[in-house]
Amino acid sequence: MDLFLQQVFNGLTLGSVYTLVAIGLTLVFGILHIPNFAHGALYLVGGYVTLMVMSATGVHYFIAIIASIIVVAALAVLMERLVFHPLRDSPPIHDKIAAIGLVLFFEALVQLVWGTEYLRMLTPFDNNISVAGVSMTSQRLLVIAVTVVVVFLLTLFLKKTMMGASILAMAQNREGAFLVGINANKVAMMTFAISGALAAIAASLASPINLVFPAMGHLVILKAFVVVIIGGMGSIPGAIIAGLVLGLTESMGATYISNDYKDMIAFLLLIVIMTVRPKGLFAKGVY
Amino acid sequence: MDKIFNHRTLIALLIVFALVFPLIYADNRYVLHVMTIGFIFTISVYGMNIIAGFTGQLSLAHAGFFAIGAYSLGILTTRTEMNFWLALLLAVLITSAAGLLLGAIALRTKEHFFAIYTLIVGYLIYLLIDKWDGLTGGVRGLIGIPIPDPIGPLNFESATAMYYLVLFFLLLSIFIAVRIVRSLTGRTYIAIRNSEELAQTLGINTKVNKLVSFVISVAYAGLAGALYASLTRFIGPDVASTNMVFNFLMYLIVGGIGTLSGPLVGTMLFVWLEQFLRSYQEYHLLIFGPILVIMVIFFPTGIVGGFYRIKARLQQKKVPKDNKYFNPVPVKSTKK
Repeated sequence: MDLFLQQVFNGLTLGSVYTLVAIGLTLVFGILHIPNFAHGALYLVGGYVTLMVMSATGVHYFIAIIASIIVVAALAVLMERLVFHPLRDSPPIHDKIAAIGLVLFFEALVQLVWGTEYLRMLTPFDNNISVAGVSMTSQRLLVIAVTVVVVFLLTLFLKKTMMGASILAMAQNREGAFLVGINANKVAMMTFAISGALAAIAASLASPINLVFPAMGHLVILKAFVVVIIGGMGSIPGAIIAGLVLGLTESMGATYISNDYKDMIAFLLLIVIMTVRPKGLFAKGVY
Repeated sequence: MDKIFNHRTLIALLIVFALVFPLIYADNRYVLHVMTIGFIFTISVYGMNIIAGFTGQLSLAHAGFFAIGAYSLGILTTRTEMNFWLALLLAVLITSAAGLLLGAIALRTKEHFFAIYTLIVGYLIYLLIDKWDGLTGGVRGLIGIPIPDPIGPLNFESATAMYYLVLFFLLLSIFIAVRIVRSLTGRTYIAIRNSEELAQTLGINTKVNKLVSFVISVAYAGLAGALYASLTRFIGPDVASTNMVFNFLMYLIVGGIGTLSGPLVGTMLFVWLEQFLRSYQEYHLLIFGPILVIMVIFFPTGIVGGFYRIKARLQQKKVPKDNKYFNPVPVKSTKK
């Protein structure tokens, strides 16, 4: 029973990270209909910036995260302006290729600047707490807590502010949104900024557990795609639920089935789902 | 002048060049090896071009199928000591069968979903190869894949002989690709790319056509993979990695997606560029990544497509000047 609870807790931690990455991805998809393969690059840069700000200036972990959020959000906006905006009228195949080009570039850039070593991120939250037989580092608790707060704030922003409402409006109906005078450029930039910020938060939270290295974005982005498809492209509640489900499944699978094959579980899950429902589980009429 | 420098002579010249190339570099195995690898990748990229360039479905599992071809040949020849040529045939068939299976399922999804689905299937193939120690040798890879068995007096022990063998398969692949694209089938694929709904309205069975073009493209990947395995004599899980498929995609885009000579131009260009930038190997993506983005934004049809566009524009400028008064209809509209 203790082992089971332990795995539930680990699964929630893992699921929180997936959720944060997937929400960014799903937001961008909902607005611009771009599957942003370059999202993993944002995650990657987010992890490195946090680490480097901490080690270079010695500031507190949280301040480093904020710096990372700002840098990555700016980077995401730049990406939208320089790459995806000029491509808005081209066939869908081109966005994906451009995104792949961005991934290649950022991975090489990170390698050039910071090398290929696996780096550890030390945080003030590495002490152990034991509750009801479940031992947890405070870092893992922090991951869950921050995710809850961030998702709550994001929902407030989307539901209660004008800017947030315009993002939702554009996700629901593009033409309708234009008709009521919503500025598409502004919304697109805002969406990319949010998605970049979320990627930076997720990377900063996960790095103390998973190390920082140039390929750290690969698996996360692929799994985030799994989450987004299961949860329905463009749906935030879907991303949250699917993210947690995937995290739990993986942590259970690693314990009770096989640790070697744990990464395959997510992908097999997706293949089964896409085979049965080609448009995803909770697909709404995005297309 | 025009008659001499037309397509046919250019192609003949290229073939002659490819045929005499080993004579020029007879003593340089390295150059021959790079050229041969380039040819193998070109075959694979031609396959990708058929599904992505002509039918318009971006399949990111291409490296996975390349790996299936490579591993099929590797396993068949090292574990069962099967005749090389039979193993080569079987490798292509196994890959095609895998493609048929995946295509039947994956092609029910569209556009982004198809790209993501195939990306994930490709990654799954990589993970399978990496973890399935018993069959694939896991991270250690497969060692000691034999060179092709001799056919009569022909043996393939020298680098030159391998070069000619691969060249033969390359020419065959290009020939088949050209025949497909110029046929009614090819037009059907292009119709599907341009608008699936419209193609359906015209009575085209888009499902079957997409599946067939997918299997053809996969067979190319399988052939290329099998040749790769017997050329390098060693394969590891890396042949299935996402970097591999991104490389193929880069060759295709820069050369010219949806053009007949694009795969050749793009692949040979990059294979040699990578050799020249060898000392900066880890960082060459620093340049190639942005090139990919810039190409997609400004030259979406690549080098070959760009060349044709410039050529067409030059000709168009000339034509209206000659008969400005007699032909008020813009040449553009009559041409399309």
